[in-house]
Amino acid sequence: MTDAPLIQLKNVHVGIPSRRNALSIVKDVSFSIMPGEAFGLVGESGSGKSLTALSLIRLLKKPLKVTQGEILFKGKNLRDLSDRAMRDMRGDRIAMIFQEPMTALNPLKTVGRQIAEMFVLHRGKGWHEAEKMAVDALASVQVPAPEERVRAYPHQMSGGMRQRVMIAIALACDPDLLIADEPTTALDVTVQDEVLKLIAELCAARGTAVLMISHDLGVIANMCQRVGVMYSGRLVEERATYDIFANPQHPYTKGLLGALPRLGSRHGAGGRQRLVDIDSLIADKESLLQEFCYEPRNSIRDPRVRAGASV
Amino acid sequence: MLRFTIRRLFQVIPTIIAVAMLIFIIFSVIPGSFASSLMSDGKTASDPEMIARLNEQFGLDKPVYERFGTYLVGLAKLDLGTSFRTREPVTKVINDRIWASLKLAIAAMVLAVVIGVPLGFIAALKPGSLLDSITMIGAVSGLSLPQFWLGLLLMYLFALILGWLPSFGYGGGDFKYLILPAITLGVTPLALLARTTRAGVLEIMNEDFIRTAQSKGMSNSRMIRWHLTRNVMVLVVTTIGLQFGSMMGQAVVIEKLFAWPGIGSLLVDSVSIRDIPVVQGTILVIVLWFLLINTFVDIIYAAIDPRIKQT
Repeated sequence: MTDAPLIQLKNVHVGIPSRRNALSIVKDVSFSIMPGEAFGLVGESGSGKSLTALSLIRLLKKPLKVTQGEILFKGKNLRDLSDRAMRDMRGDRIAMIFQEPMTALNPLKTVGRQIAEMFVLHRGKGWHEAEKMAVDALASVQVPAPEERVRAYPHQMSGGMRQRVMIAIALACDPDLLIADEPTTALDVTVQDEVLKLIAELCAARGTAVLMISHDLGVIANMCQRVGVMYSGRLVEERATYDIFANPQHPYTKGLLGALPRLGSRHGAGGRQRLVDIDSLIADKESLLQEFCYEPRNSIRDPRVRAGASV
Repeated sequence: MLRFTIRRLFQVIPTIIAVAMLIFIIFSVIPGSFASSLMSDGKTASDPEMIARLNEQFGLDKPVYERFGTYLVGLAKLDLGTSFRTREPVTKVINDRIWASLKLAIAAMVLAVVIGVPLGFIAALKPGSLLDSITMIGAVSGLSLPQFWLGLLLMYLFALILGWLPSFGYGGGDFKYLILPAITLGVTPLALLARTTRAGVLEIMNEDFIRTAQSKGMSNSRMIRWHLTRNVMVLVVTTIGLQFGSMMGQAVVIEKLFAWPGIGSLLVDSVSIRDIPVVQGTILVIVLWFLLINTFVDIIYAAIDPRIKQT
């Protein structure tokens, strides 16, 4: 591991640009990932995790845009790249796995073909050779009988198998960074674990850095060395995974950890402990516009939070 | 694939029988008969004895179920009976007319597909553009114009005012005579195809696998070729099939308008004089055409979409 970060976000804002009343959804997010490191982003739905990830790979849908900040990949600002240069980067150097394995693959094409596309796009191979390489790629994600499975269509595979195919596609060209956006959320619990382990093992073996996005703290704790907590568009806390579990600083992080059910924790009058939830709703548009947006959740009042800064 | 095709073809048979039965019932219920239409000149009352004799001659004195039975036996031997008017076998009467109809239907459909599908495609790829707006306004107009009126308008413009094209008739198969009726018949499916294609492209563009394709780092033109076209075709083929199938029925009015010697005008003429065997024959041909086209579409489906073979 070298000292230069693989990817570095500096004060990134994502929003809808407009002349007046421009709306920022991701605000002032900065973090960096070292080569080979696994970094986790946690936060509830709508906190801006996915948008942050999509801004990295420049796949934000209109009218969303990165409005401010720098995204440095190996020192080069991705925002300055031409569309063509960014295209060559996508899939080859930065790959992505999505949440829904059921719909993320084209139903009309064999999985082998969909993996082979990577070799045609980024390695300049012909289809014939690329499809042979797809067999190896499928074998590497531990799909049984890969010679036959390359000819299967997505609907003939289970969710877990499809997600393995997605991983095979993402890792086909040995990227430097893998973005995994809730890769296991749509899967059965038993399969979740296998898929996570597979991602961890493959990335460790190849030295691929991972940006793991999840709302599941357990997933992050198992996978990542460092973790960032996002809340309503801001990165409110960013530390080593162990630290954040042992000693959370930001009230939202505390709330998030407090909401985790624990096995065997029974005390109190009825022998039970109520699961703590976080009051109120996700910050709405109005409070998003305010400088500080934890206010609506009135159960936590902390002067440091009101200052609007991360702790 | 062969078994699938054969099975689909066999499913046509019960539909044919049901349609034949329906036509029989309708014509046994509605007033008027061939004999009375032959006899009455509107002034003198027709001679009941004469009518009875004619009815006996054509077998119309027998009960409906008996006639239906005879008809079905004939049908099994591909014998559609004899025309009351010309005393020729119905198969020959239809054979004389059907090629003109097929020519018109195919010309209209080629026009609709060749113009409608690309137009919808281009419009969808640039939503909100001038071309998109023009196409959609044109499509809505094309769908809402009554064909009959459009035909008259075209006749007026191109035949009467400009004198470029003949206004009506078959012209012994001359291509010039085909142009106006084909345009008139083709406008509705053209408009419908443009709309369906546009909607289909926009729908597929929102699919997750398109985002996957983008994250692989492929150019837009490759994404369209590899992941969009075939998926859109599944939707478009349905519309093409339905339109092409119902075209024989739709052509009835157009054929009458342009004095086109197809089975549509044959049907109208035969209904007015209650030449029941010919009416039955032509309707059967129209229905059979619809069924065959749809069977063909199902077979194409199975070829495009791997999910269909299993069911």
